[in-house]
Amino acid sequence: MAPRIKIPATKYPVERFTLGNGLRVVLSPDRSAPVVGVAVVYDVGIRSEPEGRTGFAHLFEHLMFQGSANLEKLAHFRHVQGAGGTFNGSTHLDYTDYYEELPAGGLERALFLEADRMRGPRLTEENLRNQVDVVKEEIRVNVLNRPYGGFPWLKLPPVMFETFANAHDGYGSFEDLESATVEDAQGFFDRYYACGNAVLSVAGDFDVAEATAMIERHFGDVPARPAPALPDFAEPGLTAEKRETYIDRIAPLPAVAAGWGVPDPIGDFDGYLPYSVLAEVLTDGDASRLVERLVQRDRTATNLGGYLGFMGDEYQVRNPTALLLQAFLPPGGDAGKVLQTIDEELDRLVTDGLKPGELDRTQARMATRLLQGTDDVLGRAQPMAVLELQRGRPGLLNDLPKLVSEVTAEQIVAAAATLRPENRASVEVIPGASA
Amino acid sequence: MSVTTLPDLVPDAELHLPHEAERRLPNGLTVIAIRRSAVPLVELRLRIPFGRAPLAPATVLSQALFTGTGTLSSIELAAELQAVGGSLAAGLDPDRLLISGNALAAGLDRTLELLAGVLTDATYPAEEVATERERLVDQIQVALSQPAHLARVALLKRIFDTHPYAVQTPTPDEVRTVEPAALRDLHAQRVRPAGATLVLVGDIDPDQAIDVAEKVLSGWTGSAPDGVIPPTPAIETGPLLLVDRPGSVQSSLRLAMPGVTRTDPDYAAVTVANLIFGGYFSSRWVENIREDKGYTYGSHSAIEHFVAGSAWVGVAEVATEVTGPSLLETLYELGRISSLPPGEEELEQARRYALGTLRLGMSTQAGLAGLASIYAGFGLRLDHLREHSAALSAVTREEVFAAGTKYLAPSRAVTVVLGDAEKIESQLSVLTAVERSTE
Repeated sequence: MAPRIKIPATKYPVERFTLGNGLRVVLSPDRSAPVVGVAVVYDVGIRSEPEGRTGFAHLFEHLMFQGSANLEKLAHFRHVQGAGGTFNGSTHLDYTDYYEELPAGGLERALFLEADRMRGPRLTEENLRNQVDVVKEEIRVNVLNRPYGGFPWLKLPPVMFETFANAHDGYGSFEDLESATVEDAQGFFDRYYACGNAVLSVAGDFDVAEATAMIERHFGDVPARPAPALPDFAEPGLTAEKRETYIDRIAPLPAVAAGWGVPDPIGDFDGYLPYSVLAEVLTDGDASRLVERLVQRDRTATNLGGYLGFMGDEYQVRNPTALLLQAFLPPGGDAGKVLQTIDEELDRLVTDGLKPGELDRTQARMATRLLQGTDDVLGRAQPMAVLELQRGRPGLLNDLPKLVSEVTAEQIVAAAATLRPENRASVEVIPGASA
Repeated sequence: MSVTTLPDLVPDAELHLPHEAERRLPNGLTVIAIRRSAVPLVELRLRIPFGRAPLAPATVLSQALFTGTGTLSSIELAAELQAVGGSLAAGLDPDRLLISGNALAAGLDRTLELLAGVLTDATYPAEEVATERERLVDQIQVALSQPAHLARVALLKRIFDTHPYAVQTPTPDEVRTVEPAALRDLHAQRVRPAGATLVLVGDIDPDQAIDVAEKVLSGWTGSAPDGVIPPTPAIETGPLLLVDRPGSVQSSLRLAMPGVTRTDPDYAAVTVANLIFGGYFSSRWVENIREDKGYTYGSHSAIEHFVAGSAWVGVAEVATEVTGPSLLETLYELGRISSLPPGEEELEQARRYALGTLRLGMSTQAGLAGLASIYAGFGLRLDHLREHSAALSAVTREEVFAAGTKYLAPSRAVTVVLGDAEKIESQLSVLTAVERSTE
């Protein structure tokens, strides 16, 4: 067997400071390309939206693009793109992010735009109604008009969890979206979009002193408002297997997804990390255990994947979360059989341990993927912002390849031993369209 | 006192193009290597011309290329690649077979060795091929349930008619008949280095990387028969083609017109005209049907380049009940871009977007590798970006207006709509002649 390849690391510099108003700032200069990435993340997500307001965190994200004190509707988009840049935002279970990637000369403009909306978006009835319509079309594109829409990220949480915060549909019901009001939006902003509840991060081609001065100039006088208390969303784990099925009228093939609770990603990071590697041992590539068995040998699955976090954001999610496995089956496939085979393979892993080289190669591939993600300025600005927000540790981004490579075979086996049928939640897609 | 006015942009530094080392190897393979060392990885793209290859066997080949060699099983091959942090996969379009992947930079030699094994010694074992064939059938079944795919299929057929580009996905039945022997024959015939281009980008010494490629890939030899595709046909306008998808809660609106190639003197002007119309978020089309009317989550238009010709394509998924009004606004905006000159400010905004996003696209290993590989497929090198940037910088309002008139006039467009015909046919019929698809 070839000697183990050395797992390299990045050394992106990380500067952290906090403005007088409580806004936390992360700077990571790197002058290898003349571009910058700017990310602002707020510590609020799907889990914090109130009952009767499913989908509100995401709807509110849309409203943050609809103008602010010094910016008309459409201005944000035009100013970013007119600087040669791109923008977006996304709503996750535990945070909402806003970001731009631009040629380096657009940095101050991006900071101005983010600061202006941090002081408060223009919340009008007209813009709200318009964006409710847009969000409904987004849900139609991504969920209602396509096969496997929302599978499994919207379909598994209600099987696995009991509380509204963890179980509800984060895209939202049309009824809830349509009944949202401007007052709701103002209340949501006042409560959660405090600068003490946010992190600003800048990565790429800039001078730290100049960027710091710009940040002071634009964000320094955003009114200080404290962060709300961080809720605890923990639930007792499952003590008996839970299984649900549903019919997808568009889907031509059966599918199944299973989830198991995992240790607290932040409070018990050392306990959590082995699950990240385990998911890859099971599902990364043709040489992984479950692909070899289910796809290549048994042909009981046609495609499968495994990951941590319902939105695949394994290092950007709080407790409780899950290890997920999902499989698409051939026509007539038996989801129960697939789950049973997964159990067999987990048992085999626990009993026989890992094969020679299996862990090393999985870790090498994980390192490549982690490193590739950081080549892009936003692949640094965005995760560093969330790592600061949730852990006060943006430099973790540099450390992940090494930390992943230090996970031991014993830890993988111990993690696998906790994935039992009796603490598993699963959801099966019954195809409603004939293949 | 908070800042209330938009800060000025700092003018961009001069466009810096990375050095492309290039060598044509004795076996006819062109190797391009570029150093970007920000992360210790290497990106790999191998583009093999595959024009006119029989569709079903070529598609199965792209799916089964890594199922085994004379010395390694598919699982061993995957494990060996993984051991150097690597992964490779193949994809097909009507012009080329593209093998793409990446690895830890220290694993470049090993990755190339494994790639060489696949190129020279792929065995297409019967059992693995049978598995991949069935998986491909499953994938196609899923694709056939996706509105975006179905609309694309109908549009390609509509604009390319009998041309080889008209059908780009085989049917499940065609796939099922492909035997391993056909894959071995096709591989022997077409997976050849002459005319192919290998692009390597990453934390590498470009000349050394080419040396390694030359050594490791020297056993890969031969040339493929001519796969030259005839120029794309003129697009014949006619009634709107309506494809029924009963129960669809959205309509997939597609428009197409003849496009302009990257090297056409009008290309910069039409690029900017397209941006102003619908090519980016801050375009008239998006601002109209999304931000004003709320008909859609998003619309987008772009020029698509194939080796044998280019096409302009506009895409929007709109609510069923406003399908007619969405087409109305779309035709209005096309009419406007082709009948009236653009405003100075919207021209400058689109120009800066075009220039800026070129820089963003070159800022990563994967971006550079993709760009270099695509350009190579059209006989271009990255230095073409300098020329293109200069043309974008120089393009005038009059030229953009002329390009809009010449290339984006709604009278040149063909339209395909996939949706619930019962609910949308009458909406569309008031605007234009409608013909139901019979397929």
